[in-house]
Amino acid sequence: MKTDLDIVSPPIPEEILQRVEAKGINRRDFIKFCTATTAALALPVSFIPTVAQAVEDKRPPVIWVEYQSCSGDSEAFLRANQPTAGELILDLLSIEYAEVLMAAAGHQAEEAKHQAMEKYKGQYILIVEGSIPTGAGGGYCTIGGHSAVDDCKKLVQNAAATICVGSCSSFGGIPAAAPNPTSAVSVGSLVPGAAIVNLPGCPVNADNLTATIVHFLTFGKLPAVDRLGRPKFAYGKRIHDNCERRGHFDAGQYAEAFGDEAQRQGHCLYKLGCKGPETFHNCPTIRYNEGTSWPVMAGHGCIGCSEPGFWDTMSPFYRRLPKVPGFGIEDTADKIGIGLAAATAVAFGIHGVASCFRKGDSMAEDKTVKED
Amino acid sequence: MNEIRYVWQWPVRICHWLNVLSMIMLALTGFFIGRPFMTAPDTSMYIMGWMRMLHFSFAYLFTVSVVARIIWMFIGNEHSSWKAFFPWLTKEGRVAFVQMLRYYTFTGKKLPCSVGHNPVAATAYFGIFVLFVFQIVSGFAIYGQFAPGGFWDGILGGLNVLVGNQWLRLLHHGVMWLLVGFFINHIYSGWLMDVKERNGTMSGIFSGYRFIKSKDL
Ligand code: HEM
Ligand code: HEM
Ligand code: SF4
Ligand code: SF4
Repeated sequence: MKTDLDIVSPPIPEEILQRVEAKGINRRDFIKFCTATTAALALPVSFIPTVAQAVEDKRPPVIWVEYQSCSGDSEAFLRANQPTAGELILDLLSIEYAEVLMAAAGHQAEEAKHQAMEKYKGQYILIVEGSIPTGAGGGYCTIGGHSAVDDCKKLVQNAAATICVGSCSSFGGIPAAAPNPTSAVSVGSLVPGAAIVNLPGCPVNADNLTATIVHFLTFGKLPAVDRLGRPKFAYGKRIHDNCERRGHFDAGQYAEAFGDEAQRQGHCLYKLGCKGPETFHNCPTIRYNEGTSWPVMAGHGCIGCSEPGFWDTMSPFYRRLPKVPGFGIEDTADKIGIGLAAATAVAFGIHGVASCFRKGDSMAEDKTVKED
Repeated sequence: MNEIRYVWQWPVRICHWLNVLSMIMLALTGFFIGRPFMTAPDTSMYIMGWMRMLHFSFAYLFTVSVVARIIWMFIGNEHSSWKAFFPWLTKEGRVAFVQMLRYYTFTGKKLPCSVGHNPVAATAYFGIFVLFVFQIVSGFAIYGQFAPGGFWDGILGGLNVLVGNQWLRLLHHGVMWLLVGFFINHIYSGWLMDVKERNGTMSGIFSGYRFIKSKDL
C-alpha cells in the first residue's frame, strides 16, 4: 500500500550537485537549503530539483539599498543559516551593492551602484530596506548628494523586480508612524504600479526573503500576493490560526500578567495584548533564527509588526484594542462605554422621575373616565 | 372614542424580537470575546470556543432578521415603510417632531399623535439601523480573516485594508456600547409613552395593535 510516507523527493541531478560543490558549497547544505525553501514556498516536493537548478545556474545581480532604516533586516539576513549567509550571498547571488556588506565606501560605492544599475538594467533584483522620506523636498535622507526619493525611483524603475524587506519599505513602518515628521512613505506608494513585493516584518524573516528570491529565480516572476502586496505563501494565514497556544485561547485559559502561572504554563497571551488575531504572517510555522523560536513561543504576545501602520494601530502593545482617539491612555473602550451607559441610565432615570410628577400634559383632547 | 388599529404587521414584530434576542446575545458574547472575564480551570473546556460559536450563529440570525426588516420597508404598510423613519420629510412630521422634542425636554405639554413610530423615536431607529448594518459589515469583515480568499474575505476583506483591521475591531466594540445606550433609552421611552399616551405603545410591539383616538385621525 502506498502511504504518504512513501513520497520521496526526486533526486537533485548529480551534475548540479557537483557544480555546487565545485563552488565550495557543501552538498548537504545545498540539498537542505533547496528542500527547506521549497517547503517554505508551499511547493510540492517534486519541485526540489527545479528549485535546485534555478538556484544553481542563475546568479542574479542584486542591489540592496537602505534609506530610513535600522539595518535590522540586513542583520536578520546575514544571520540566516540556510545556507550560511556568506555562501548564499557570495555564491548564489551576485551582490553588486549593499551598504552593510561591501568594502567600498563613498564615491567608489556610489559609482559601483550606478554602474551595476546601468550594466544590469532591467535584470537586477532590487532589495529596499527602510522608508523613503518625502518631506523637505526629500532632504531628510540623501546618499551621495541624491535624495532617497530620486535614488529609489530610479532604481525601482530599472529593476527586474523589487523586494521590499521589512515594514518600513513595505508600509512606511516606524519612520512613518504618527506624526510622521519626515513624511516617510513606502516604496509602493513612491513608485506605484512597479513590480514590487512587500515582505513586512520587524525585521523581515530571512527565510521568507530567501524563498521569495528563489521563487523569482525558479519561475521568473514574483510570487502571488495578497491585497497588501505580501506573498501569500508567507502572509496568507493569521498568526492566531496557526498558534501553538490556540488551544488555550479556545478553552478560555489566559495569562493575566507576565510571569504568572498561566503564562509559564503556556496559556494564551490574548489578555496581554497579543495581536495574533489581527496579524498575517508565518511566524508560528517557520519561526525565527533557524526555526528556534518566535515571540509567542517565547512568552510574549505578537505585536503585529507585519501589518500596515503597526506602530500606531497595534499599540498599546499590551492591550488588545487601540487607544480610543481623543481619550486618555488609561481609558479603554469598555470604560468609556460603561460610562456612557451609566450616564444614559441616570439621565433617563431622572427624566422618568420628573415625568411621573408632571401635570397637565398629554393629549389635549384626552378624556379619561375614572372608575369608581 | 378609541379605535383599535393593526399597526405593526407580523414581519415587523418578528424581526423586532429576533433583533432583540440576537442583539442581547451578541452583546453578551461579544463583550466576553473582547474581555474574557472567566478563566477556564482546565484545557478540556471550550469557553471562548462556545462564545465565538454563539456570537457567529446569532450574527447570522441577526443578519437575516435585519435584512428581512429592510426588505419589509419596501413592501409593508405605511408604518413600516422606510419613509416612516424620516418624519421630518413632511410638514406634519416636522411639526410633530418638534412637539415631541419639546415634550421630552419639558418645554411643551402637548403630545403629538402618532399612529406608527413617534417621530423622535423614528429618527433614532434610523440611526439604529445604520449601526446594525455597520455591526454586520464590520463583523463579517473581521470574521473573514480566518479564511483569506474565502467568501466573506472576498466581499468585505477590503475594509480591513481601507479602515485598518484594528480600527474596525475598536469600532465594532464601541458600537456595542452605543447600542447598549440605545437599549436603555428605548425601553425607558417605550415605558414613558405607554404611560403618557395610553395608546398601547408597549403591547403594540407584541400584538401589533394600538389604540388611536379617533379625534386625532
Ligand atoms: C449587535 C450586534 C453586535 C454586537 C453588539 C457585537 C459585539 C461584539 C464585541 C463587543 C466584540 C469584541 C470586540 C473586541 O473587543 O475585539 C465582537 C467581536 C466580534 N464580532 Fe461582533 N457584535 C455584533 C454583531 C456581529 C456580527 C453581525 C458579526 C458577523 C459575523 C460579528 C462578528 C464578530 C467577530 C468576527 C468578532 C471577533 C471575534 C474574535 O476576534 O474572535 N459581530 N462583537
Ligand atoms: C436590543 C433591544 C432592542 C432594539 C435594538 C429595538 C429596536 C427597535 C426598533 C428598530 C423599533 C422600530 C420598529 C420597526 O419599525 O422595526 C422598535 C420598536 C419598538 N420597540 Fe424595540 N428594540 C429593542 C428592545 C425592545 C424591548 C425590550 C421592548 C419592550 C419591552 C421594545 C419595545 C418596542 C416598542 C413598544 C416599539 C414600538 C414603538 C414605536 O415605534 O413607537 N423594544 N424597537
Ligand atoms: S497567544 Fe496570541 S496568537 Fe496565540 S492563540 Fe493567543 S491570542 Fe492567538
Ligand atoms: S510574531 Fe507578530 S510581531 Fe512578532 S515577528 Fe511575527 S508578526 Fe511580527
